[in-house]
Amino acid sequence: MSTVFIAFQTNDDTRPIIEAILADNPHAVLDEQPAMVKINAEGQLVIKRATIEELIGRDFDLQELQINLITLSGHLDEDDDQFTLAWK
Amino acid sequence: MDMHAAKKKMSLKEKYAHMTRGLDWETSYQSPEKVFPQASFEGIKIHDWDKWEDPFRLTMDSYWKYQAEKERKLYAVLDAFAQNNGHLGVTDARYINALKLFLTGISPLEYVAHRGFAAAGRNFPGVGPRVACLMQSLDEIRHAQTQIHALSNYNKHYDGFHDFKHMLERVWYLSVPKSFFDDAFSSGPFEWMIAIGFSFEYVLTNLLFVPFMSGAAYNGDMATVTFGFSAQSDEARHMTLGLECIKFMLEQDPANLPIVQKWIDKWAWRGIRVLTLVGMMMDYMLPKRVMSWKEAWEIYFEQNGGALFGDLARYGITVPKCITQCTIDKEHISHQAWATFYQYGGAAAFHTWMPSDEEMDWLSAKYPNTFDKYYRDRFTYWREQAEKGNRFYTNTLPMLCQVCQIPMLFTEPDDPSQICYRESDYEGEKYHTCSDGCKAIFDDEPQKYIQSWLPVHQVYQGNCFPEGTDPTVAGFNPLAKVLEWYHLEHGKDNLDFEGSRDQKNFDLWRGMATKNT
Repeated sequence: MSTVFIAFQTNDDTRPIIEAILADNPHAVLDEQPAMVKINAEGQLVIKRATIEELIGRDFDLQELQINLITLSGHLDEDDDQFTLAWK
Repeated sequence: MDMHAAKKKMSLKEKYAHMTRGLDWETSYQSPEKVFPQASFEGIKIHDWDKWEDPFRLTMDSYWKYQAEKERKLYAVLDAFAQNNGHLGVTDARYINALKLFLTGISPLEYVAHRGFAAAGRNFPGVGPRVACLMQSLDEIRHAQTQIHALSNYNKHYDGFHDFKHMLERVWYLSVPKSFFDDAFSSGPFEWMIAIGFSFEYVLTNLLFVPFMSGAAYNGDMATVTFGFSAQSDEARHMTLGLECIKFMLEQDPANLPIVQKWIDKWAWRGIRVLTLVGMMMDYMLPKRVMSWKEAWEIYFEQNGGALFGDLARYGITVPKCITQCTIDKEHISHQAWATFYQYGGAAAFHTWMPSDEEMDWLSAKYPNTFDKYYRDRFTYWREQAEKGNRFYTNTLPMLCQVCQIPMLFTEPDDPSQICYRESDYEGEKYHTCSDGCKAIFDDEPQKYIQSWLPVHQVYQGNCFPEGTDPTVAGFNPLAKVLEWYHLEHGKDNLDFEGSRDQKNFDLWRGMATKNT
C-alpha cells in the first residue's frame, strides 16, 4: 500500500482541521515541520466537513482548505461533505 | 402570489456542471479544426472531452473568493516584514544569495507558465481543461507578481536583485531554467501539460517549493516562507490537474500510451536537470540546513514518485527511464554544481563561498558515500588557496549541453572522476550533450535543439557585448564587456561573499539594530 499525504500551513485556521483529520483517520501520522504540518497516511485519507464544523462551531466549506493547503499526494475526490485522497 | 422558500444551495457537483460545462458552446460558422488548430498534430487521440473530471470542482466565483483571501493574508505579512526590517532577521547574509537565485531563475518562469497555461487553455477543445488551465494561468501570474513584490524588499538593501528580467534572457546559468520552459512552450498543448502540468508540477514541484520554503523558515525569512506557501497552496490544484490530464489521455485511447511515456521520460529528465540548482541551494547556500538534497529526493521523488508510478502502472506507464542514473546522481550533483559556481563566481549574479569545516562535516554525514571521497579535499584546497590570496576563478568558458544548457560538469554514472559528455551528428555538424538522457532528447528532435541559444556559443560569436563594443581595441577584456551586457556590476553583484558589500552592510545594519551606537 502506498502513502498519501497532505500538508498545511501551521496557523490558527488549520489547527482544528488537523485535529479533525487525526480524529477521522486513526492510521494517519503527524509530521510537524517549521511553519508546516504534514499528515501521512497509508492508502487513504478522508477529511470530513462535519468533524471540522463540530470543532470550530460554524459552517465550513471544504473549499476553504485551499487557503492554507501546501501540497498533497494521491487521487483526489471532493464533494460537499468530504475530501478524500487515495491511491487506488 | 405565494412566497417561495429559498431553494437549497446547489451542490458542488451541480455548480461545477453549470459553471464549467454549461458555459461551453458549439461553433457554427467555423469548423472545430479551424478553431482548435493545435489539438491534433501531436498525435494524441481524444474521443470524448466530457470524460474530463476536475476533482476539485472549483468554479470561477469560488476561485476569486479564495485567491483574494490568500492575497490579503500574504500582503499583510509582506507589509509587516518590510515595516520591521525583517531582512535583518535572517541567519546570515549568505542566505540572501539563495533568494537572488530564486528571483532570477524561478520567478520569471512563473510568468512563462502563466503564458503557457493561457495558451493551453485556448487550444484545448474540451471545456473542463480550458477552465482548469485558465485558473492555473491566473495562479502563475499571481506567483510571478507576489514573488517579485516579496523580493523587492531585498532589492532595497542588497546587490544582485536589480534586473532579473534582463538577466534571464542573457546570463549563462539562467538559460538553463529559461530553455526548459521555452522548450515546453514551443511544443503542443498536450506535451505542455505532460511537461509542466504533470512532470514539473506533480512529480517535481514539491522538491522545489517545500525544501525552499522550509529553508526560508529555518533561516528566519518570513516573507519568503509566506509567498512560497501562498504559491504552493495553488500547486495542490496544479498537481491534481497534471495527474487528471495524464489519466485522461491514457484512458481516451491506447495509442496515446507510447507518446505520453516518451514525454514523461523526456520531461522527468529535463526537470531533474533544472533542479540541480535547487540541490545546490539546499546543500550549500542555506546557512541553516533543512535536509540534504539527497534526503529531499528520497522523500519527494523516490517515495512519493514511487507511489505515483505504482498507481499509473495500470495504464502501462513505467517509471521514467532516467531513474537509475538519478539514483547515482543524487549523491553528486549538488557538490558538482556548487564547485562550478565557485569557479565561475566572477560571472554569477550572486556571491559564492567555500563551506566551513562544520558545514563540511554536515555534508560528510549526509553524503557518506561521496563527499569525503570526491569533494572535501578539493573544497579544502580551494579554501586554503583563497586564504593565501590565490582565490581561483576559471577564466575560460565551459562547453554547454545542447539540450539542458548546463555546462559539462556532471560525471559519468560509473566513474565520478570522469566528466560525462555525449556526441551526436546531425547534417554534418557535431552536437554535444551532458548525458544519455539529454542525448536521447536531442536525437529524437534534432531540428528543434540545433536552434538552442547557447550562452557560451553566443559569447564566442561576439553577440554578448554592449552595442558599439569594439573587440579589436588594445587591452580588450571580453569578460568585463559580457558582464556589462548582463547588467551585472563587477565587484558588487559577483565574486566572493567574504568581503562583499552585502556582508558588510548586513553586519553594520544588524549591529545598528541591536546596539545604541
